Amino acid sequence: MTATLLPPEFSDLEPFAETWCLATESERWERRMSSTMPELQAFYDAAFPRLRDALDHCDGFPLDDMPEQARRLLQLVHSTIMVAMCVEIWHQPQVVNGADAQIHRVGDPAP
Amino acid sequence: MALYPKPAEGSWTEHYPDLGTGVVSYEDCISPAFYEAEREAIFKRTWLNVGRVEDVPRNGRYFTKEIEVADTSIIVVRDLKGRVRAFQNVCRHRGNKLVWNDYPGEETSGTCRQFTCKYHGWRYGLDGELTFVQQEEEFFDLDKSDFGLKPVHCDVWAGFVFVNLADEPPQSLREFLGPMITPLEGYPFERMTDRYAFRADVGCNWKIFLDAFQEYYHVPVLHSQEATPAARPKVTGFEAPHYQLDGPHRMVSVSSAPRRLWPADYQYPIEIATRSGLFGPWNEPDLGTDLPGTNPGKVDQWVTDNFQIFPNMEILIWASGWYMVYTYWPTSHNTHRYEGTLYFPPAQNASDRAAQECAVVMFKEFALQDAGMLVGTQQGLESRAVENDFPLNDQELLVRHFHKAVGDWVDDHWSNLGGLPR
Amino acid sequence: MPLPAEFADLEPYADWALPTEPELYAKRLASSMEEMQAFYDAAFPRLEDAIAHIDGHPWDDLPDDARTLMHLMQGLIMASFPVEVWKQPRVPDSGAAYLDLVVEPVV
Repeated sequence: MTATLLPPEFSDLEPFAETWCLATESERWERRMSSTMPELQAFYDAAFPRLRDALDHCDGFPLDDMPEQARRLLQLVHSTIMVAMCVEIWHQPQVVNGADAQIHRVGDPAP
Repeated sequence: MALYPKPAEGSWTEHYPDLGTGVVSYEDCISPAFYEAEREAIFKRTWLNVGRVEDVPRNGRYFTKEIEVADTSIIVVRDLKGRVRAFQNVCRHRGNKLVWNDYPGEETSGTCRQFTCKYHGWRYGLDGELTFVQQEEEFFDLDKSDFGLKPVHCDVWAGFVFVNLADEPPQSLREFLGPMITPLEGYPFERMTDRYAFRADVGCNWKIFLDAFQEYYHVPVLHSQEATPAARPKVTGFEAPHYQLDGPHRMVSVSSAPRRLWPADYQYPIEIATRSGLFGPWNEPDLGTDLPGTNPGKVDQWVTDNFQIFPNMEILIWASGWYMVYTYWPTSHNTHRYEGTLYFPPAQNASDRAAQECAVVMFKEFALQDAGMLVGTQQGLESRAVENDFPLNDQELLVRHFHKAVGDWVDDHWSNLGGLPR
Repeated sequence: MPLPAEFADLEPYADWALPTEPELYAKRLASSMEEMQAFYDAAFPRLEDAIAHIDGHPWDDLPDDARTLMHLMQGLIMASFPVEVWKQPRVPDSGAAYLDLVVEPVV
């Protein structure tokens, strides 16, 4: 039996886990910027409808003591939020009129 | 349009007659000479916010802060008696930068019981006292009590740590903050302990970036995408219900129905799915009804207060129970480092955390539009194709006031010294 | 060029046999401590044997395999400070400083 990255009931998202279970905002940002819109759209189409289920699953654990699979599922939710910006708002990976500006997130609560 | 009543004078700007209504200059944003005058007159003399008490939660905790505009670095530390203190980050022996980690120019933080210089091993207590000199007998009548760390004036207000680099600050911190800002001390800032910190090096003068965060006239245009495609035709402009000035400080309030109560197609799907969005998480903490200092104009459907504390700090308090702090640190006449921190009540579960994440991600999206575009403002101003002939409208009152306050501060300082440098 | 036959046990580390200091310094900074520790543990016990082997040849006319062995021992010297002293590839407290070696007698 192969170990899955995500909880078994989210096996439909497993194909995206390798790419999008990313612990930090800078990793999620880099992945977004280096992805094509078809890739972002495919991930969004799969993950967005499962967002509420995913959070319900994660809410079953204390935030500071989540099992590995749930922790990765929450990372996938964070990536869904990141990708929603491109799909819902900008219709491109880059921020419209963001030019070459960069804003770095240098601190946040874990996970 | 006139959504909200204006003061009896007919406009917010005319309510403050010292400001006038004429065209203005942005020479203060493009002149290297003005920048030199500004660093002496303002940044080496005013109270500057460098962090919060949560940054030094226990005795022995410290952080360093690089203040390029004042050519210095400081150490902020909670000493063994629990007092928050600040020192120049310079060893008294040969002038070496005392506390740094991988690179001398990078800020650092940690916990210690004493500071030890990397160069010759001189040690200082957390009260700044020189406690150990390597081969002390080789010196000439060295009295260690004469060579403590150089203290920097440091005070805490509402949990915000301020320093003042002047030998003798002309005003105490509370005198300086004045009657509009100080009542905020009663706001429960200390309950917002989940924090998200951002940094950006931006290619424009610090005042140009700050200006974009103290007027909302640009929001429906540059940030048109803050409204969904369905809502966009309804957004024809922006008006604030209340503006207020006090000394060099200023504030604006915003009112509206909560975004979460807008029609579903006026919100992005991700906002509804995460119960959050651009204006913050939907689940509001119960902070009680008494939030001193907030909403000074008593506006209906209050959403946020944006307090601009002179010279370079902004506190943005959301009625829904979270807040943001921005600081703008000049690094040259046409560059600065922007620091933005978002503070929320601690998340209780993954849904809370995802709600924070959505608000924080959307903040960065739209801030990038400002950071991208304002480089163009710097370039446009530096062309000097237009000089001293820029109009401002009533919704840009705070921009008008800010540049006047900076100019007044610089003029006062240098006229006391007999004129501007050079 | 392979190492002399009696040093075949060091072949897995032959990528450390680099003739110049800049190449070796770059190799060190690009290596993990685990990699350097493994190289050090294998090569350090052979140092005296290696020097004896090299000394068995005229210095100005080293066979190619002995020259490779000499370069490998220079690599060991480069790796020894991170392993024995710093416990990290970079020199502590050195910030962004660098010192480029621009002239050396290359073996």
